[in-house]
Amino acid sequence: MAVSPPPLPLPADLAQVVESALAAHAARPGALLPIFHAIQDRAGYVPREALPRIAWAVNQSQADVLGTLSFYHDFRTHPPGRHVVKLCRAEACQARGSDAVVADVEGRLRVGMGRTREDGAVTLEPVYCLGNCALGPSAMVDGRLHARATADRIAALVEEAPPCR
Amino acid sequence: MPVNPPTVVWVPLDAAAKSVGADEVAAAIVAEAARRRLPVTVRRNGTRGMLWLEPLVEVETAGGRTAYGPVAPGDVASLFDRGFLAGGAHPLGHGRTEAIPYFARQERVTFARVGLTDPLDLAAYEAHGGWRGLRNALARSGAEVVDAVTRSGLRGRGGAGFPTGIKWKTVLDTPADRKYVVVNADEGDSGTFSDRMVMEGDPYLLLEGMAVAGVALGATQGYVYLRSEYPDAERVLTAAVERATAAGFLGASVLGSGKRFDVEVRRGAGSYVCGEETALLESLEGKRGVVRYRPPVPAVAGLFGRPTALNNVITFASVPFVLDRGADAYRDLGVGRSRGTLPFQLAGNVARGGLVEKAFGLTLRELIEDFGGGTASGRPVRAVQVGGPLGSFLPASALDVPLDYEALAGKGGILGHGGVVVFDDTADMARLARYAMEFCAIESCGKCTPCRIGSTRGVEVIDRLVAGDRPQRQVALLRDLCDTMTHASLCALGGMAPLPVTSALDHFPEDFGLAPAGAARDARRS
Ligand SMILES: Cc1cc2nc3c(=O)[nH]c(=O)nc-3n(C[C@H](O)[C@H](O)[C@H](O)COP(=O)(O)O)c2cc1C
Ligand code: SF4
Ligand code: FES
Repeated sequence: MAVSPPPLPLPADLAQVVESALAAHAARPGALLPIFHAIQDRAGYVPREALPRIAWAVNQSQADVLGTLSFYHDFRTHPPGRHVVKLCRAEACQARGSDAVVADVEGRLRVGMGRTREDGAVTLEPVYCLGNCALGPSAMVDGRLHARATADRIAALVEEAPPCR
Repeated sequence: MPVNPPTVVWVPLDAAAKSVGADEVAAAIVAEAARRRLPVTVRRNGTRGMLWLEPLVEVETAGGRTAYGPVAPGDVASLFDRGFLAGGAHPLGHGRTEAIPYFARQERVTFARVGLTDPLDLAAYEAHGGWRGLRNALARSGAEVVDAVTRSGLRGRGGAGFPTGIKWKTVLDTPADRKYVVVNADEGDSGTFSDRMVMEGDPYLLLEGMAVAGVALGATQGYVYLRSEYPDAERVLTAAVERATAAGFLGASVLGSGKRFDVEVRRGAGSYVCGEETALLESLEGKRGVVRYRPPVPAVAGLFGRPTALNNVITFASVPFVLDRGADAYRDLGVGRSRGTLPFQLAGNVARGGLVEKAFGLTLRELIEDFGGGTASGRPVRAVQVGGPLGSFLPASALDVPLDYEALAGKGGILGHGGVVVFDDTADMARLARYAMEFCAIESCGKCTPCRIGSTRGVEVIDRLVAGDRPQRQVALLRDLCDTMTHASLCALGGMAPLPVTSALDHFPEDFGLAPAGAARDARRS
């Protein structure tokens, strides 16, 4: 079939991310999650503008593709902050005081759970267990796991690097 | 130039160890050795599972591996000063690692190699008994392998405890053009990390278990569905697949047998319900993680409609021992219908949290008091949740229950994936009950109403109850709601989410603003 691909109305670098994700994964069985991850790993989110092209590449309806994307907590359709902080809300961390840490972090970072701060510095997300349940409260900051989280530690990790060390 | 061979110092690369600074400690040891011009090789292992001692540094000495921990980068100079390279005494010293009581009292079967070796070192894996199970499996018929697994008494370690041999026999006996092996590495239960520890600490063990299933059942493709919360496990496992394939343990001809078995690691996307096996398969197929109606069971029509051997990480990781040492050796461990060992995971408010592999049958009290040393806060234990977010809360008075599938069921509990979460007397059980409902609402796949709507209603009712708004009426409503969810949900998410709620209400009514004990029971509908 010689149907031409739908356009990718995105800045060149983002379009490139989408195209390379499709080139790498579209032919695999059950390709959608690997495609979404490949895009989000590099771009930080999955732009909605990419959905027509993704749907075309995997030969599914746009509704199906959006349905899958929106089902999973991991996938974002908006760019996150420069830092992403995930705080564990699950039981074993609650037993170690995570509820108070969550409240402290929200106050210190001036951002609510599930939101990105207005200046774009940080996104705060809930997570339900990071597999470090004996050493909680657990946090993942920019992909790195931290034990015994406190608001001070998290704030220090998120503060933008000072001009000189 | 040093004449002596370098001293080997092990620093774990497990995510838990790294979360408390293991990488920084490893770097500090390398730097300090260089500064002192001492020949030291720092190697990375999995964790020994004594997580309160992490980063646990081990030195290879004439007397065996000597442990120091928890080590901070600032402790490194003093370790060198006190001759830790020769096993010297230090306030952080614990003597021989394997003599530490927490470790010595375990029965390490599945976790025998975890923490001992460099996880990606193929030669070390083989030197410590690796691939023997797979070699034996290749020398037998598929039916003989399935028979061994059946006779071992191995039951699925993912939660439901279904006999693995029966599942595998169904896959074997169902004719199809293709079959699959799928590992459930979604490990979503709070308080569990044994899957993660195997994948990061002994990844070839999981791959060997998968390959045994593959060659025995005639499956050529294996998938590991790995939760996205485990980036370290993904890195280690992906590298292990590459190396094992390059070395011919996986791939076009497993160990030269002419049988193909490929493995691919697939990342989940933060959905708890995708740990449910049929939702997992939907997700692997690239769809929303919505639970399927059964029948057919996945062993008959699973991934892409083909017969699929879908098991938990620990289930697959238990198989090489069965094929290597024999079904009887495994069966000889355990009690009743719970055979073999379970890697218990001690978590939450516990002084000595970590992984404890024991034969089934030790009591919850032994686990929490003897191994765990009581709460981390030093306060009394108030409640324990065994088996993840769908497990009931047991009061401190129930700690003498033996840990096996049937005994816990007899107490209205579940063993699940073996996670044990300890709460001290500051725990607010109404808040935890509310969380259980909230979690169910957040994670519901949406297919059935009792789960999707009932969980949200449950949160509201608990809120009204705690606010003191016509409490007896709310209790009746809540119990009614739980009853509906229990009986009318398609899967265990909606079906068992009421367990933590009703157990909290039964054992801790005062936290809901109700009179202790008797009064709450009177309000219950029969
Ligand atoms: C909501 C829900 C979540 C589950 N999560 C997991 C999980 O994370 N890991 C797992 O192995 N099994 C999980 N299970 C159990 C699986 O459905 C299935 O029974 C298991 O993976 C089969 O493997 P096994 O026989 O080796 O235990 C879950 C079940 C439900 C209902
Ligand atoms: S009980 Fe909940 S999670 Fe399970 S199938 Fe029904 S709606 Fe989905
Ligand atoms: S419960 Fe927080 S890391 Fe497991």
